[in-house]
Amino acid sequence: MALHQPKLDTSPRVSDEIRKTTCYMCACRCGINVHMKSGKVSYIEGNRDHPVNKGVLCAKGSAGIMQHTAPSRLRAPLKRVGPRGSGEFKEISWDEALDLATEWMAPLRDKAPEKLAFFTGRDQSQSFTSFWAQNFGTPNYAAHGGFCSVNMATAGIYTMGGAFWEFGQPDWDHTKLFMLFGVAEDHDSNPIKMGLGKIKARGAKVIGVNPIRTGYNAIADEWVGITPGTDGLFILSLVHVLMAAGKIDLDYLSRYTNAPVLLNSDPDSAEFGLFLRDDDGKPLVIDRVSKELAPFDRPGVRPDLSASYDQKDITHRTVFHRMAERYLSPEYAPENVAERCGISAARIRSIAAELARVAFDEAIDLDREWTDFRGETHRSMIGRPVSFHAMRGISAHSNGFQTCRALHVLQIILGSVETPGGFRFKPPYPKPAEAHPKPHCNVTPGGPLDGPHLGFVQGPVDLALKPDGSPARIDKAFTWENPMSAHGLMHMVISNAHAGDPYKIDTLFLYMANMSWNSSMNTGDVMEMLTDKGEDGEYVIPRIIYSDAYSSEMVAYADLILPDTTYLERHDCISLLDRPICEADAAADAIRWPVVEPDRDVRGFQSVLCDLGTRLGLPGFVNADGSQKYADYADYIVSHERRPGIGPLAGWRVGNGPGRGEAPPDQIDRYIENGGFWIKHIPEECAYYKPWNSAYQDWAVETGFYDKPQPYLFQLYVEPLRRFQLAAEGHGDRQPPEALRDQIKEKLDPLPIWYSDGEDADESFDIHALTQRPMAMYHSWGSQNAWLRQLHGQNPLYVPSNLMREKGLQDGDWARVSSAHGEIIVPVMEMAALNSNTIWTWNAIGKRKGAWALDPDAPEARTGFLLNHLISELLPPKGDGLRWSNSDPVTGQAAWFDLRVRIEKVSPPDQSQPVFPPIHYSADQ
Amino acid sequence: MNPAASVIAFTSLSGLGFGLLFWLGLGFPPVTDWVAFVFFALAYLLAVGGLLASTFHLGHPERALKAFTQWKTSWLSREAWSSVATLLVMAAFGAGLLFAGIAIAPVGWLGAVLSLLTVFTTSMIYSQLRTVPRWHQPLTPVLFLSLSLSGGALLAGMTSVAPWLLVLAGVIQCLHWWRGDQALASSGTTLATATGLGSIGKVRSFEPPHTGGNYLTREMIYVVGRKHARKLRVIALLLMVVLPAVLLLLPISHALAALAVVSHLTGVVTSRWLFFAEAEHVVGLYYGERT
Amino acid sequence: MTELPGETTRKLGLVIDLDTCVGCHACVISCKGWNTENYGAPLSDQDAYGAEPTGTFLNRVHSYEVQPDSGPAQLIHFPKSCLHCEDAPCVTVCPTGASYKRVEDGIVLVNETDCIGCGLCAWACPYGAREMDGAEKVMKKCTLCVDRIYNENLPEEDREPACVRTCPAGARHFGDFADPDSNVSRLTRERGGIELMSEQGTRPVNRYLPPRAKDRMAETQTQQLDPVATDLPGFLGWLDRALDRL
Ligand SMILES: Nc1nc2c(c(=O)[nH]1)N[C@H]1C(S)=C(S)[C@@H](COP(=O)(O)OP(=O)(O)OC[C@H]3O[C@@H](n4cnc5c(=O)[nH]c(N)nc54)[C@H](O)[C@@H]3O)O[C@H]1N2
Ligand SMILES: Nc1nc2c(c(=O)[nH]1)N[C@H]1C(S)=C(S)[C@@H](COP(=O)(O)OP(=O)(O)OC[C@H]3O[C@@H](n4cnc5c(=O)[nH]c(N)nc54)[C@H](O)[C@@H]3O)O[C@H]1N2
Ligand code: SF4
Ligand code: SF4
Ligand code: SF4
Ligand code: SF4
Ligand code: SF4
Ligand SMILES: [Mo]
Repeated sequence: MALHQPKLDTSPRVSDEIRKTTCYMCACRCGINVHMKSGKVSYIEGNRDHPVNKGVLCAKGSAGIMQHTAPSRLRAPLKRVGPRGSGEFKEISWDEALDLATEWMAPLRDKAPEKLAFFTGRDQSQSFTSFWAQNFGTPNYAAHGGFCSVNMATAGIYTMGGAFWEFGQPDWDHTKLFMLFGVAEDHDSNPIKMGLGKIKARGAKVIGVNPIRTGYNAIADEWVGITPGTDGLFILSLVHVLMAAGKIDLDYLSRYTNAPVLLNSDPDSAEFGLFLRDDDGKPLVIDRVSKELAPFDRPGVRPDLSASYDQKDITHRTVFHRMAERYLSPEYAPENVAERCGISAARIRSIAAELARVAFDEAIDLDREWTDFRGETHRSMIGRPVSFHAMRGISAHSNGFQTCRALHVLQIILGSVETPGGFRFKPPYPKPAEAHPKPHCNVTPGGPLDGPHLGFVQGPVDLALKPDGSPARIDKAFTWENPMSAHGLMHMVISNAHAGDPYKIDTLFLYMANMSWNSSMNTGDVMEMLTDKGEDGEYVIPRIIYSDAYSSEMVAYADLILPDTTYLERHDCISLLDRPICEADAAADAIRWPVVEPDRDVRGFQSVLCDLGTRLGLPGFVNADGSQKYADYADYIVSHERRPGIGPLAGWRVGNGPGRGEAPPDQIDRYIENGGFWIKHIPEECAYYKPWNSAYQDWAVETGFYDKPQPYLFQLYVEPLRRFQLAAEGHGDRQPPEALRDQIKEKLDPLPIWYSDGEDADESFDIHALTQRPMAMYHSWGSQNAWLRQLHGQNPLYVPSNLMREKGLQDGDWARVSSAHGEIIVPVMEMAALNSNTIWTWNAIGKRKGAWALDPDAPEARTGFLLNHLISELLPPKGDGLRWSNSDPVTGQAAWFDLRVRIEKVSPPDQSQPVFPPIHYSADQ
Repeated sequence: MNPAASVIAFTSLSGLGFGLLFWLGLGFPPVTDWVAFVFFALAYLLAVGGLLASTFHLGHPERALKAFTQWKTSWLSREAWSSVATLLVMAAFGAGLLFAGIAIAPVGWLGAVLSLLTVFTTSMIYSQLRTVPRWHQPLTPVLFLSLSLSGGALLAGMTSVAPWLLVLAGVIQCLHWWRGDQALASSGTTLATATGLGSIGKVRSFEPPHTGGNYLTREMIYVVGRKHARKLRVIALLLMVVLPAVLLLLPISHALAALAVVSHLTGVVTSRWLFFAEAEHVVGLYYGERT
Repeated sequence: MTELPGETTRKLGLVIDLDTCVGCHACVISCKGWNTENYGAPLSDQDAYGAEPTGTFLNRVHSYEVQPDSGPAQLIHFPKSCLHCEDAPCVTVCPTGASYKRVEDGIVLVNETDCIGCGLCAWACPYGAREMDGAEKVMKKCTLCVDRIYNENLPEEDREPACVRTCPAGARHFGDFADPDSNVSRLTRERGGIELMSEQGTRPVNRYLPPRAKDRMAETQTQQLDPVATDLPGFLGWLDRALDRL
């Protein structure tokens, strides 16, 4: 038979039109091309021109179309008619819904604004939602950062004026050795993958430090299967080896860090451990040339790392001296940490040697002249091409703040921050802690709060305490329990509100956070707190208003639902005032816009806040005549100004320089024409050494990040921590409660330390239990997506081979996993590439029956499970009559990964345990 | 492989039908008139029934005719041609017997050869597949042919040869099982060659590409317990070979003959069920029974 | 048509880099999205929100653990789609001619209007690269995005498979293996690209780049740093000297 093949049309029409907007399936915020056929979304691909993803797209992004058509989408505002948790609702009109919300909130605002607690999840409009809350006047506002990765953010900002992910990234184009700590996926999903791809294409090396070897760690050339919670010790041991070998960048340390800053070294002094400062408050150093005392930034000064200085009988030594004293100590020698960390001493020494070799023997010398803040011009930009990245693996432990600090110290002593091949900030960072606001909590009934809710404290004076010393905020952020809780403590809101501790609230207003399920520790108890009634028969948490776009587990627990649109149906703004989409080489911001109109009675939540703000008469939301100030969010985006000439979007402003000036009325159209984003590249001479580079500082002012140049030193030694310690030692008039003194003295050390994350664990719970984010799923939302749920429809518990044998387990067997707090019964699978004392599972695959418009027998609800039932927001009682929270004592970061468990084989139940009764969603019209 | 009822019915029934046609074509038993009609009707019922059953397996039976186009390369296409040719030739031969009472011997012989060819082409559909090592052995066509011949002989009432053919088929069946049990191992295809990762170390499946099933896992990955399979093999052998052979050796009675046929057919179906259910497709390696 | 062309003019295919693939499934979903809207019948899903969801995918990512003789176990993510074999058994078994290999570029395709859905080609493929669509009942397989790579309605730079375009890690490469200077030929040469199941005699076109050697650092015991001092005073002395040299 003759070979003949059909004639194919190899140039079919792809679509009618492409609409460019921004993905929302995670916080990475890639640019997308939404293909439209006959007015419907037909295909989504990455936008090649976009600074974040340059054309690539992850699985979630490509599956956005199924998110947009999911049967779980809410259809109209809902008012609860059945008991809380039942899922019985009545559909109401938007007018009714907003009237009701106003009726509930207005009296609170007039009398006690703090009785409204407004908490948002992975909100991508925090500068807006916080603005709303501030205008409402409640001190009780925060987003999810407190349970997510505030250790990382705070440690980074206090240490170097920026942290990983949203604040910076490795210099992917130049780095020669990349070391990754505790990351499964992270927010910067696509850029990290693209970066790893670049490194791999060059044949450069990747070291993955993670108890679990999947994903990024699977492609690492070296896998360090560390024992969870011991990274700080491992890192400080690397610091020990590098310092002892003199493999540190002394020039960099002396010029750009506070290593040469003089510390009061007299233990009897009330200022022991504080910086020696001049009359302007500037930290002082000794100039190695003149041997004179000088403010750190005086032109021409060459700060001396080894100086000491006596003033009024008080000896002052450098920070670096203090570091040498501490880190050269044998307690950090590899041989003394190896067992604890589960890494051999030889390996620790080899890794240190490799870091030193690449940093110093393979240094980069970019031929770019630049001038530093002391006026010295440098012929070139020297680079230390070792880079680091880390996330929740080190952050979500109760020693996470100090561990993240330790990692930054390691980066800094190698001279690899803001130098070619190292770690680079993304604008608007770098920005030192002092340049951030401080927390505000002063309430005036009927008026706005006295300032932004969240910020960076410099010492006890900045804590959010009432005059009687009790917490001003419902989540007890910025209190002695966790003084530097820069993101608030979302994980404490429900339990504190339920306990009426520190006070009772009236209305809990939540936005996109699945608090009755995967977002909470102690999920079962949280459901009870949400439904618990007092003696008066009323709910203990009287009112709950919630905005979600889908029928999540949380919807059932709200009294009023404000249904949001999907991300393709609304305006959004990814702002420089917030968490922009900048890359290390460019400032950029972006929008979302309704590429399709909703086919349901739903509204963009931000637009709803504009409306609600007007109804409540919030100052920022009404004109002088009381009329609505912002017609909707799109209007706000264009016409709102934070400071003169600075608004939500920086693009196409007319005035003095891009980023500053008046927004043109068609600003949004300009964004749409440009593919949904605006970008401004950083000039070459500003690309590195940004905190000290005069050219960059000027550029940042011109672009609107700062109002004046603000060069600063990296804080190896964080003085604000010392201020808290001094208070705990009895100095000053703001004093911590007795019970907290020791904790503050020990753990708020101004130089990184390590302490065990599991001190209080009952020793019979001796196995570490972790979760990881699956790359193809976003928390709970992925499961309603017809394509994604086929990939991860259930989650086994992965158990290392040795424990499988020891516990007599085989693939497909079931095990009871118990912790000090609870137990679950789940299916197990063996994994070899796993720390020998760690078990884990994928995060948030398990679903409550009846949620997400899935069949109650869906695998997610039958065999899928949450580890959250084993974790509590409070530690088990220690017998001191106090309940200690399961969080980092510095920042309040939820310690998800401190979990210790026991496992044993059990006969298979018919489904994963515990099982909760199904939610029966209904909405009468 | 998934032991789909349609495919089991197809291969078992058509095997028997064409086996009977083979003997009829050779003139055994020498029948005419209504007796011939009964025998031919039975043969056609089995052969055509089997062929029809096979179309249940198709996603688009309405396009079945397209299957005749690729006889140059495809055994399935060849099977289509040869079965139709057989049915036509044997129809001519049968018509002679039925209406004219004459056996046009050359036509019968041609039909007999074609019958065997058909069974052979059927067997080659499976035997050609390297991907299923258990099938990819010369004994597969031999097994199909021997079963077809013995079953045909049984149906044709050839009590003298049938028992011995049955025993022969039984022996071949045992050999096929024996070789089949080693086939995957000796095929050289392993998870190591499938992934190319063998040079690093021992490979085992960690996580499947998705947590639910898919077409491949449903179609190609069917796991029968070894104990269960062993039992079924004994049952198949007893029903397919031993019992009919013994029955045939007993003094003839119609009831016993019918029993022998039923027993044989049940045995063949069991054996065919095992033929599919026990067959390991190499794609199963990717989906990794974890070892 | 089921006869294989003796030689194809070009040999288009993919190189998949197992050293770089992070197992993110991006290629899986973008393939699903593209092919649901384009060539042939959409890739359907059954029981999409139910108890046993299942659907057609042309590309799937497996993962394997490998235990070397010494050193820790490794984990390798392993994407797999049609390898566009030169001796494609899926083509020769096809009774209808629906399956064929294109003469001009070697792409193996199914002409869905001729497909009777017998499933034999899927049986013949050792790689599990073909799936029968549950709704349309025709055989689906990777088309190498034949409707993208030549598509004049797409910008030049987008004329590559959807999975390649989307792969965030850059672990997938598309090109012509018949051209020794192409990116795919070069990568295959330089990184020792391997054939899967060569013993099956299918002569796959796609190649896999094996993972690079891992976990070698502990072996380099020799590479260790010498201390400059053993105690604080010694260190401070070294520091003074070192600072003088700056
Ligand atoms: N696809 C996808 N992307 C997401 C999300 C999602 O749900 N899906 N969620 C987003 C959100 S909100 C967040 S917060 C980020 C989080 O992004 P990641 O920080 O990557 O978060 P996790 O998945 O929790 O991964 C934590 C990692 O730390 C490891 N780990 C745990 N304990 C330790 C330890 O003590 N030491 C070390 N070295 N490693 C440890 C775990 O094994 C795991 O690999 O991801 C964001 N991106
Ligand atoms: N065991 C364990 N638990 C964890 C973690 C862990 O590592 N391990 N990680 C913690 C961390 S870091 C995080 S950030 C949380 C995340 O947990 P959550 O914040 O609960 O995240 P999701 O469940 O993804 O989403 C929250 C809600 O947002 C809704 N939503 C989605 N799109 C929209 C929209 O467009 N508008 C509105 N209004 N709503 C929308 C979803 O339907 C969902 O109900 O989980 C925490 N929980
Ligand atoms: S990483 Fe994926 S989900 Fe996140 S924004 Fe980018 S494409 Fe969307
Ligand atoms: S991979 Fe399978 S489907 Fe693709 S050409 Fe080879 S045999 Fe055919
Ligand atoms: S399923 Fe279709 S393509 Fe495959 S062999 Fe049958 S007819 Fe050919
Ligand atoms: S080449 Fe096209 S059809 Fe093939 S796997 Fe990639 S995206 Fe799918
Ligand atoms: S998109 Fe790339 S990195 Fe992700 S699974 Fe596919 S090949 Fe691997
Ligand atoms: Mo998070």
